[in-house]
Amino acid sequence: MDIWLPLKHWDLFATGVWTTLVLTFLSVGAGFFIALPCALAIWRKSPGWRLAAGYAYVFRGTPLLVQTYLIYYGLAQFDFVRESWAWSILREAWWCALIAFSLNSGAYATEILRGAFQTTPRGELEAAAALGFTPRQITWLILLPSALRRAAPQYMNEIVFMLHGSVVASVITIQDILGAGRTLNAKYYVAYEGFVTAALLYMAITFALVGLFRLIERRYMRHLLPAREEAAAQGAHLGAPTIVG
Amino acid sequence: MDALIAYAPLLGRGALVTIALALASMALATTLGALGAAAKLAGGAVARALAAAYTTLIRGVPDLVLILLVYFGGQRLANDIGGALGWDYVEISKFWAGVLSIGVIYGGYLTETFRGAYLTVPRGQAEAAKALGMRPLATLWTVTGPQMARFALPGYGNVWQVLVKSTAVVSVIGLDDLVGLADKAAKSTREPFTFFLAVILVYLAITSVSNALLARAEARLNLGQGR
Repeated sequence: MDIWLPLKHWDLFATGVWTTLVLTFLSVGAGFFIALPCALAIWRKSPGWRLAAGYAYVFRGTPLLVQTYLIYYGLAQFDFVRESWAWSILREAWWCALIAFSLNSGAYATEILRGAFQTTPRGELEAAAALGFTPRQITWLILLPSALRRAAPQYMNEIVFMLHGSVVASVITIQDILGAGRTLNAKYYVAYEGFVTAALLYMAITFALVGLFRLIERRYMRHLLPAREEAAAQGAHLGAPTIVG
Repeated sequence: MDALIAYAPLLGRGALVTIALALASMALATTLGALGAAAKLAGGAVARALAAAYTTLIRGVPDLVLILLVYFGGQRLANDIGGALGWDYVEISKFWAGVLSIGVIYGGYLTETFRGAYLTVPRGQAEAAKALGMRPLATLWTVTGPQMARFALPGYGNVWQVLVKSTAVVSVIGLDDLVGLADKAAKSTREPFTFFLAVILVYLAITSVSNALLARAEARLNLGQGR
């Protein structure tokens, strides 16, 4: 293995890291805005909640690779799509990846937020109602601030999950980290250099993110930490590192 | 729709490959998870350090990266070794490259699941078994194992569900699994939406059946827990 080869092409990997990070964070961000109304609808059983629940179920129950294929390759099957204004977006691999990843992340986030809403102590909401808060105020001032904090640890998990899931982008020709590795390998006809470099970069980003999340958790969610340790002691499946799925 | 019916037997074969791949990967992951948990709970300093490095590092690597590295790197390695020893061309199996990669990744997660579940069993249980003269394996099989199963199952089921979806990316190295065959059918019929939608439905069916079976298993293991 030639360790100088990836270093000589550091710019290829730098672009790859940037693409991966942009794709990951945009998808998680867009996913949040998809998830918020869906989770609220499911929690309140408001009209259309079954649709939201169905969306989350389908996208959580199937592989991201196939979802991406369905959008990138699948939609081209229909003439009306190819003739519409949307085609200028849907023929681009980058946009298709972003759409697929956002829908996927939104589905997992829906489940995370729904869980957080459900564990909101009833008393908090009843107290707000008793004080004369309007339903809208209860949602924005009581429910969301408390639920989002409880959802945060799992949400951070979801970001790492999306980072790893974003490798699917390289399959549809996007030059993310893995795409850079594959390009390097193909160019020099080597088997290890590109993939090992990609693996190390993903590892470094994962550990940097996890470290950052720990700091945030300790700084902003201190009041929740003892409770989580108790939960961990009660049941292993609560305390063990879980993967969203 | 006609194309889908014509290709149905082919997709059925692909679905069987996907299920076989998932089951074989889960078997490897379970073995590695059990070994890793044993190393962390009862191993010496070296075994503990190795298990810690394994569970930490593997969590940083996306599945597809490991699959490509194992398949293409393994192929190169086999060629180099084979060339030095004068063998004929050795071809690495796509299926087993997938099983190895996915099994190794999820074995890391299962290590934590098993370790956490074992820690929920009160110490006195293992101590009592030891006092009665039971051997460690018998203790695990008849005393601590059944008690930890209840706590391990939710995590185990979660890993299974994620693992099943993870198998889809093995098609990228050209395995003729459900996704790989659907991709070929989509290209030759020019009906990609039809075929990938069919694939989505098959995965949903696998997920739903797994969900139902896991719920039944959980209900059974929690009998007598009064909840």
